[in-house]
Amino acid sequence: MTEFPYLDDQDVVEVQRGPEPGGIGGAYRAFGETLRGLKTTMARLIEGPLTIQYPEEKTPVYPRFRGRHKLHRFEDTGLEKCVGCSLCAAACPADCIRVVAAENIPGERVSAGERYAAVYEINMSRCIFCGYCEIACPFDAITMGHDYEMADYDRDDLIFTKEMLLAESVERTPLRAEGE
Amino acid sequence: MHVLADTQFVEATWIMIVKSLVIFGLVFGILPLMTVLERKLIGRFQHRYGPNRVGPFGILQPLADVGKLISKESFRPDNAIRTLFVIGPLLPVLSGVLALAIIPWGDVQDGVGLYGIDVPIGILYFFAVGSIAFYGLLLGGWSSGSKYSLLGAMRSAAQLISYEVSMGLALLGAIIMGGSLSLVDIVHAQGEIWFIVPQFVGFLVFMLAGFAETNRTPFDMPEADAELVQGFMTEYGGMRFGSFLLVEYMEIMVVSGIAAAMFLGGWMGPGPGWLDPIWMLAKILGLILFFIWVRATLPRLRYDQLMSLGWKILLPLATLNVLVTAVLVVVT
Repeated sequence: MTEFPYLDDQDVVEVQRGPEPGGIGGAYRAFGETLRGLKTTMARLIEGPLTIQYPEEKTPVYPRFRGRHKLHRFEDTGLEKCVGCSLCAAACPADCIRVVAAENIPGERVSAGERYAAVYEINMSRCIFCGYCEIACPFDAITMGHDYEMADYDRDDLIFTKEMLLAESVERTPLRAEGE
Repeated sequence: MHVLADTQFVEATWIMIVKSLVIFGLVFGILPLMTVLERKLIGRFQHRYGPNRVGPFGILQPLADVGKLISKESFRPDNAIRTLFVIGPLLPVLSGVLALAIIPWGDVQDGVGLYGIDVPIGILYFFAVGSIAFYGLLLGGWSSGSKYSLLGAMRSAAQLISYEVSMGLALLGAIIMGGSLSLVDIVHAQGEIWFIVPQFVGFLVFMLAGFAETNRTPFDMPEADAELVQGFMTEYGGMRFGSFLLVEYMEIMVVSGIAAAMFLGGWMGPGPGWLDPIWMLAKILGLILFFIWVRATLPRLRYDQLMSLGWKILLPLATLNVLVTAVLVVVT
């Protein structure tokens, strides 16, 4: 017969047990715990609601939040930064960027480089907002903005054209302040 | 001192009709506000706002809810027993409205008693009509022909037998001290000290039993939305469901009213006579807030836990309270 290394009336590991339920003591403890619970909920009431009532109030986003894309122009000359290299389209894992490049004609330059993007479309219903396009871009022509309210009724409307991406986008999203 | 209420005091019929209409209107005006208050408060207890979209501060929410409930189909399952299924939600409404009649909102002023009726048997009447509500739950649950409804009805029966006795005994102490069964006389007897002080045990037991009577957490086993879907109301829809819901709040109002009259000095309070109903309303509102607070705090008990609480703790406590009160009243 095997010898057990522990005594029958002793636990192998130390077990933390609460007091026996029931009886007068149990009722007394239940009453005390009830009062403690009431105190806890009342404290929550006093703290007040934490809800952000979305359409009216918005959660501030962090500076590096990746929202709707923006295309940029040079501030001094007004020429587009994008040279139509398609690196963003190559980097895009969701394959949602379509770039068709064209040669710049002297006299009516569109971009600063040799070529420019004749067509630049981002299909927002496909985009996963990974930000790879922003990283891939050698000229910082495309960056991720802070806007995330892009819901629409029509899929076709979710294909953002170059004009839409170049336009100064409405800043509908508050930026998180320092230490917030 | 007369043990029964003054049966010689009779009012004109038209006064009684006006009174009942006013009480009815008042209570049915307050009930929807109570539902909003509860939902908003429960929200605040959980760091939320609660309903705040419909109307200013969301006070029109019950209107929208009732509109929704009325426009729904009054569905009845195939294997339900038709008459009982229809009667089910009506009985509790009837009992709730009947019980509202005896809540005293004030003393006799200018020959008009500010209460529905001062029945001679007072508090016995409350028990009599209060228990009818449970027939509604039992019949409704049983006749639905659904397992969840049946389980809910069974639970409410088990609940009923475990708290009713203690509830009666808890009030007995206050009745002995007041020397009358009439609620009006009991309020009069609290001129010097509210009965909550000498009858604190009775108040505690009555409130606990009151939570069971109103099917509120921690004793809402008959409904138990987590386990039994909605208990006895599972198969109900539309306004039948709505009336079950309405009854829950009406019962809270009744139990709060009885507790306020029996233990919190009823309409007593500083100020002129016309403030009396407002004092009563304030006390009832305080108790309602307590009900909501408890609902936000406590989880649901198992029903064997409620039964052991009822039989092993509340009943001995209430009995002891009655005995001690009786001895003290006789000795002094």
